[in-house]
Amino acid sequence: MQHKNWNGFNGGAWQDEINVRDFIQTNYKAYEGDAKFLAGATERTKGMMKKLESLFMLERQYGGVLDIDTATVSSLTSYAPGYIDKENEIIVGMQTNRPLKRGVNPFGGMRMARQACEAYGYKLSTKVEEEFKFRTTHNDGVFRAYTDEMRAARKCHVITGLPDAYGRGRIIGDYRRVALYGVNKLIEEKKKDKARLAENAFNTDEIRLNEELYQQIAFLGYMKEMAAMYGFDISEPASNAREAIQWTYFAYLGAIKEQNGAAMSLGRTSTFFDIYIERDIANGTLTEEGAQELMDDFVMKLRIARHLRTPEYNELFGGDPMWITEAVGGMGEDGRTLVTKNSYRMLNTLYTLGSSPEPNLTVLWSTSLPENFKKFCAKVSADTDSIQYENDDVMRPIYGDDYAIACCVSAMKVGKQMQFFGARCNLAKLLLIAINGGYDTTSGMHIGPQMPVLTGDKLDYNTVMERYEIYLCWLCRLYVNTMNIIHYMHDKYAYEKTQMALHDTYVDRFMAFGIAGLSVVADSLSAIKFANVTPVKDENGFITDFVTTGDFPKFGNDDDRVDLIAKEMTHRVITELRKTPTYRKAIHTLSVLTITSNVMYGKHTGATPDGRKAAAPFAPGANPMHNREENGALASLNSVAKLDYDDCRDGISNTFSITPEALGRTADERIDNLVTILDGYFAKKAHHINVNVLNRETLMKAYEDPEAYPNLTIRVSGYAVNFHKLSREQQREVISRTFHESV
Amino acid sequence: MSETAVTGRVHSLQSLGTLDGPGVRFVVFMQGCPLRCGCCHNPDTWSPSAGTVYTPREIADKVVRYREYFKEDGGITISGGEPLLQPDFVREVFSLCHAEGINTCLDTSGCILSAASKAVLDVTDRVLLDIKYTTDALYRENVGCGIETPLAFLDYLSEKRIPVTLRQVIIPTHNDNAENILALREIAKQHPNVDKIELLPFRKICQVKYDKLSIPFRFGHLPEPTRESMLALENLLHENT
Repeated sequence: MQHKNWNGFNGGAWQDEINVRDFIQTNYKAYEGDAKFLAGATERTKGMMKKLESLFMLERQYGGVLDIDTATVSSLTSYAPGYIDKENEIIVGMQTNRPLKRGVNPFGGMRMARQACEAYGYKLSTKVEEEFKFRTTHNDGVFRAYTDEMRAARKCHVITGLPDAYGRGRIIGDYRRVALYGVNKLIEEKKKDKARLAENAFNTDEIRLNEELYQQIAFLGYMKEMAAMYGFDISEPASNAREAIQWTYFAYLGAIKEQNGAAMSLGRTSTFFDIYIERDIANGTLTEEGAQELMDDFVMKLRIARHLRTPEYNELFGGDPMWITEAVGGMGEDGRTLVTKNSYRMLNTLYTLGSSPEPNLTVLWSTSLPENFKKFCAKVSADTDSIQYENDDVMRPIYGDDYAIACCVSAMKVGKQMQFFGARCNLAKLLLIAINGGYDTTSGMHIGPQMPVLTGDKLDYNTVMERYEIYLCWLCRLYVNTMNIIHYMHDKYAYEKTQMALHDTYVDRFMAFGIAGLSVVADSLSAIKFANVTPVKDENGFITDFVTTGDFPKFGNDDDRVDLIAKEMTHRVITELRKTPTYRKAIHTLSVLTITSNVMYGKHTGATPDGRKAAAPFAPGANPMHNREENGALASLNSVAKLDYDDCRDGISNTFSITPEALGRTADERIDNLVTILDGYFAKKAHHINVNVLNRETLMKAYEDPEAYPNLTIRVSGYAVNFHKLSREQQREVISRTFHESV
Repeated sequence: MSETAVTGRVHSLQSLGTLDGPGVRFVVFMQGCPLRCGCCHNPDTWSPSAGTVYTPREIADKVVRYREYFKEDGGITISGGEPLLQPDFVREVFSLCHAEGINTCLDTSGCILSAASKAVLDVTDRVLLDIKYTTDALYRENVGCGIETPLAFLDYLSEKRIPVTLRQVIIPTHNDNAENILALREIAKQHPNVDKIELLPFRKICQVKYDKLSIPFRFGHLPEPTRESMLALENLLHENT
């Protein structure tokens, strides 16, 4: 097939099938040069940014939410068009009719929508209440099917953060398809798939898919209507760079209007856009300055994307992140780098627009990346603390070279794979429940198999492990079954038709489980194995504390005696999870990621044998516990690098803070050394790292005087936050983390 | 390679060193120092009897775990304390590292020029030589030795053609003057193996270490040099003559 808007592109398989990867591979121009070509912010961009800054300030002054439309249920065409500055916008489209005004989306759960409105001084309109009175939400469905045991596990926080009351997210539509093919072609292909499906015997799977295809096609139609409201016809392929970005953004906008999923990631768009930009520059219709402006305007739109959440949710995750993750860079399967000039432009938005947590810029690092690009990334990290790195050399062999990252660390092939998000279970708490024979001292609940409390003056490693194993088996089975209910109901009552319309009809599904408290468990088991741990019982005979004497190896010091306990633990958990079948034959995966909820997990967990006090925070993600690292930064990185990605295919998050002084004496040395550290860490097959280059003093000043640091951005666990949006407790926790310093 | 029964007393290990030698380095801080420099920021390394005992093999086994971070420039640095107080241990660690293809760097005051320390230099790829002062008088007053051994040490390094980074801590009222910088330049000029000079600002964050050990910080009363004065000295150092 040919289309006039494709003139100037190299042809290939992509013309005859939906295949964005093939389009990229046959058309992109790798760039190995340095950053000197980049343009700065134009006056227009600065003016727009100024308007946004004042809106952000206003939003802060109103307690984090500027305005809510309580009378309209969010969907693709339910709001009149909105603008920041209609005259000056290059890329248009708002979630509602005004910037930062939030819509309500009760499909995930009515209670959440209602509470969120009330928390910010609004009341959900009777109109919406009435509309949903006889409608089942995802949340309703889940709680109809939950067993008593599932409710109990949730209530005592041994499994938490489950997407049973809000949108599950973590699905990345291939938004680029709209730009490359236009919506008509996508509808046509979906109709063909639907017709082919009719040739099958029809049972549950086919009937469900057939209805899903109906919805997908309908919502592709709404997407066209939505764009038409802004004066654009997206039926046909984009004809230039501006349209390519605009069409892609409309597709993304449709998704976030329809779904308030926890993480609504963007995918991998920069190099795709580069092809259009290069064509326009060659035609003489676009300049470098113009290209940067397009990216700047696009990124501004992403920075004002918002969902309405409850304050509790915001507190858990440090503000109201949407995890608009964009994967940048990486290598192609043919050995060419996927870095283009537009990879630079995307990172350059952190200079043209200032540092920011969103979009969640994620560099796919390979030791083979062009050295110039590596150095530019390191410089951006040192200057802005706003990017994270994930190991392309580990992921590419599994996902190919057109995968992206959902949320923080979850890899998936764009448009071909999706995941069922599953938050995490608390391994440290489970250890305490196991020792107490099925009693949770924090909630006072009996849960799981009921057995005697462990006896004896000293905890014995083998006895504890045997016991732990029993409870791990119990929890893993319960966890999979709970997830099956959640995702069955989400598909049934809050299906992501816009995003799934931008996937192949037949997709691979992952079911993403997670664990919190890995370093606490590893250190606790190490203490039991190598030191003396005496349990302390309360008046009812339950173990509520421990007296640990003697030294023991601690995770984060590159000491195999404990590091392998951590590694083995992830292997045990995923192996156990795999024993219970999943909904829609999803592939079991596991993450070691807490986001900022490590504080909350700690709060609900009693004292542990490693010496951690009751209610004290865990380390985030796969991080070693704070300030237990005795041999410096690389030893800490080496410990985390030992966790096996094959056991943790949903990602292993590590957050790393280092002072500028510890990286070297001069700015150039710091950049070179940071590149060297990243190359070394990833050569050891580590999966992910957040890099912060800053001093504890800066954070302490920001803690004392938040107003003076409105844009201070730091990486936490898989994403970045505005420091001022963290709760006081989270701020204190971040300050208390290990800062690798010079000695 | 034969392994001896020699062991070393190690103060601490730092897996990420970016300030002691080129590139990213694994730094071993040895325990014990014969000098008592007034500006010393590691008084906890003075005592020769403290620290943790390691065999050279144990250290080398740790170092190889960081090979991926070393690239062309990085490697191991042995610092202190004064590493040359335990020359046999240092030599063996360096030999084991060399056998693994790992670059070796010695951070020393150059105050011990014995046959044993010369043997260390056989397996040393670079020396960071802390020339404390450029006059014998200041040396004797503030360091606890004269200038002649460090200079002889440097001569020996020249003879052996071992690359040297000269380092000096800049202490206000002691050596933050043009005369000293010019003298330092002159020393470098006479030794073609000196390819880099680093001026390090005197810092007082170590006061807490002194307090903890109940040892007086002799230079605690002196100010830290300003950024401007450091910059001026740097400029003078690199000015074309």
